[in-house]
Amino acid sequence: MIMKMTHVCVYVLNQETAYDFYTNKLGFKVKMDVPMGKDARWLTVTPPEQPELEITLFPVATGSMFTEATAQSMKELISKGTFGPGVFTCRDIYATYEELKSKGVEFVKPPTKEFYGTEALFKDDSGNWFSLAQLA
Amino acid sequence: MTEKETTPAYPKVYLYKRIVQAKLFIDANYHLTIDLDNISDEACFSKFHFIRLFKKTYGKTPHQYLTVVRIEKAARLLQTGQNVSGVCYAVGFDSVSSFSGLFKRIVGQSPSAYVATYQQTRNQITVMPLAFVPGCFAFQHGWT
Repeated sequence: MIMKMTHVCVYVLNQETAYDFYTNKLGFKVKMDVPMGKDARWLTVTPPEQPELEITLFPVATGSMFTEATAQSMKELISKGTFGPGVFTCRDIYATYEELKSKGVEFVKPPTKEFYGTEALFKDDSGNWFSLAQLA
Repeated sequence: MTEKETTPAYPKVYLYKRIVQAKLFIDANYHLTIDLDNISDEACFSKFHFIRLFKKTYGKTPHQYLTVVRIEKAARLLQTGQNVSGVCYAVGFDSVSSFSGLFKRIVGQSPSAYVATYQQTRNQITVMPLAFVPGCFAFQHGWT
């Protein structure tokens, strides 16, 4: 029986700037920061109130996982906002929206009332978009 | 509701802006002596109205929030090898005993125990980094 999800993978264009975005702008906490040899690093962050879910910030790089062509395609797709890895919830969406905007986070949809609550959409520094929701 | 209601100019936007500014002020000045009367004055609220709105927005009173921010910053400083009393004063506390008590209550360990655990983990990471990476990810990335 599957019980929980512990890790999700978000592909980013630049691990350093993603680190800054997720910690200093979104307020996430670093869970694991493990050097894995030259130019490689296992980096996970967690939402402030969900320490059991590790979001791994993977740089798209040519190597054993991606050929050069695949890596290039991935980078283009990420930049174009193709991927929406998930939904974050918050206690107060308007306050969260104002705070993130003041930190320079790009929103593609302002807080909007939906059937299930109020939702906004923002992008990370790579182009991945996330839903930000305050559930009704 | 039959029509989506987009609310870029949502009701009481000025209230949200003021509360967020107060929160960001605490984030930036946690290490200083922060007088909540001054924050509420700057935000143009009465003290009690400010505390009520802040708690409604963030789930904590401004004072509770300030304490949590200080303790989280302290944990980061402890990771860099600074001593406990130095960290205590650096994040804005003026008593090591009250700092240690609050740290234990929020983090679950005393500052010195936290440092020992952190250092032990870093040592393990140095010796065996793959022990901290799920095998499927390590395999996909060719980490052996």
